[in-house]
Amino acid sequence: MGNDPNPDAGTAAAVDFQAVQSSPEFTELRKRHRSFVFPMAVAFLLWYFAYVLLADYAHDFMSTKLWGNINVGLVLGLLQFVSTFAITTWYVRYANKKLDPIATDIRHSLEDEGVGLPEETK
Amino acid sequence: MSHAVNIPLAVTADDIKDSTWINILIFALFVGVTLVVVLRASRNNKTAADYYAAGRSFSGGQNGTAIAGDYLSAASFLGICGAIAINGYDGFLYSIGFLVAWLVALLLVAELLRNTGKFTMADVLSFRLRQRPVRIAAAITTLAVCFFYLLAQMAGAGALVSLLIGIDSRLGQSVVITVVGALMILYVLVGGMKGTTWVQIIKAVLLIAGAFIMTVWVLALHGFNLSELLGSAVETAGNPNLLNPGLQYGVSEASKLDFISLALALVLGTAALPHVLMRFYTVPTAREARRSVVWAIWLIGAFYLFTLVLGYGAAALIGPEAIKTAPGGVNSAAPLLAFALGGPVLLGLISAVAFATILAVVAGLTITAAASFAHDIYANVVRKGQVDSAGEVKVARRTVVVIGVVSILGGIGAQGQNVAFLVALAFAVAASANLPTIVYSLFWKRFTTQGAVWSMYGGLTAAIVLIAFSPVVSGKETSMIPGADFAIFGLNNPGIISIPLAFFLGWLGTVLDKNREDASKQAEMEVRSLTGVGAEKAVDH
Repeated sequence: MGNDPNPDAGTAAAVDFQAVQSSPEFTELRKRHRSFVFPMAVAFLLWYFAYVLLADYAHDFMSTKLWGNINVGLVLGLLQFVSTFAITTWYVRYANKKLDPIATDIRHSLEDEGVGLPEETK
Repeated sequence: MSHAVNIPLAVTADDIKDSTWINILIFALFVGVTLVVVLRASRNNKTAADYYAAGRSFSGGQNGTAIAGDYLSAASFLGICGAIAINGYDGFLYSIGFLVAWLVALLLVAELLRNTGKFTMADVLSFRLRQRPVRIAAAITTLAVCFFYLLAQMAGAGALVSLLIGIDSRLGQSVVITVVGALMILYVLVGGMKGTTWVQIIKAVLLIAGAFIMTVWVLALHGFNLSELLGSAVETAGNPNLLNPGLQYGVSEASKLDFISLALALVLGTAALPHVLMRFYTVPTAREARRSVVWAIWLIGAFYLFTLVLGYGAAALIGPEAIKTAPGGVNSAAPLLAFALGGPVLLGLISAVAFATILAVVAGLTITAAASFAHDIYANVVRKGQVDSAGEVKVARRTVVVIGVVSILGGIGAQGQNVAFLVALAFAVAASANLPTIVYSLFWKRFTTQGAVWSMYGGLTAAIVLIAFSPVVSGKETSMIPGADFAIFGLNNPGIISIPLAFFLGWLGTVLDKNREDASKQAEMEVRSLTGVGAEKAVDH
């Protein structure tokens, strides 16, 4: 890249990434990341497939009218939208508060040690 | 026919043909405006990062809009409106999978991928494994997904023409496919990722705005009361089951299982579509990649809510029977609704947007396929990295021309064939061949090259072989080859078998692998993926 801010930063060979990986800061970051995204991914997949199975096999239940022409199926379908929007917002707030600060700290300290762009950068 | 609303309902094919010149005028305007934007955007296309990743200069909001433009294909717009108008609830059910799938991208893929790779999906998959075999496999699955998707779009362009501007002759449709292909080559060749992104942004704004206006219009005709709209759809259709699940997917036990298979492929395939993944490299940081997905989720979610109203609106104002017998069948629901609401001008607008949609989607697919060929196969495998970025971009540009010509020929050849299944196949291949390896290489320390190669080739082969022996290829009147019958696999969608199989093969290949991968590379990938250290910064020109 012609205009890299840091063209001579070189490769990452100088830094021991395994040491960083086992450092308490990084372990904490990984724990916070995984403890949010894994349960959340499992939860929304279960909720989505529960909905798919109901729509596929429980026609009578899904066709139950609630108000006017609005039935259970439509409400559950719209709730899929609501839950998708809600999880999105929740994750962004979590990431901004709990993930970004630690990630930025680790990145800055690595950059101070001279970690630049990946080897394949041209 | 419903008499609840007082607007002309008898829309005929002749009415649509009368508005042909408006369609062409509006479409020409779109092409003109986007060409100017592409030319302006292309002035700084020098390095590979400029050409493939738009110099990583887009904001999260811009990129999220472009993702929506890339993702909402003509199949989503025309197909889902039509599916809801004719099959009611099951069409809506189908659309939900396309939205929920974005949570996989948000939570598990987007940011980590942005931090780890540079231009292509293969960058991430081969980061800590052996370069050659993994890169080749990832490039092959990328090209396969792009090819299936591209062919479906180009063949769809022909069908759309006969519907929207009344050109029924094979020659006329071929001319239009050639024009679409030539424009696509021009955009991608000149504009690179920057030009492509702007085309997608403009198209997304037009599509979502158009759908929004029609949605408000339809709701206004029904007193802004969803229940009343649903009631009038049932009345026109004469079928109360339009509001209940089962009209399309509930006809047999096989079709129920088929829907589960489709849902799996949709929800797990989206976050592994190479042209979607490549979009994450056009932003400067992981934080912007996250913002991109958030924008995409809100825009795509809003759009599918609009299609719910538009689909039932078309059922209420036009009726499923009239839609089925119109030229273009299911796909004509949205254009017919536009005509019923706003006459030839609105129809012209919506038709032009549908064309713009095809153009934007094929441009995104083409640059992805070209980047994968030039960056993964040519630069990293053939030349083993011994090529500068100018040489790589030159090869990418040539590849664009080749892919453009092949897709024009493929589109002309596939005219009149039932190739709609190719889109579902693209999702199934992405979910089986790509997603397991993406997830394993990001989250499973022990994962090895053998696991990646087994999973990718196994998933790809399983998906294609199962499709070849499915009813979409042979054995039914609606099959691609109606005369023959070798459909020994009973489902239309291979996902329910091929996705678990690919996950299993990834695990098996790894535990049976005697080689251990480089632990320091794994550490580097994990640290980079979560912290963004060393990720390329935006280039200021």
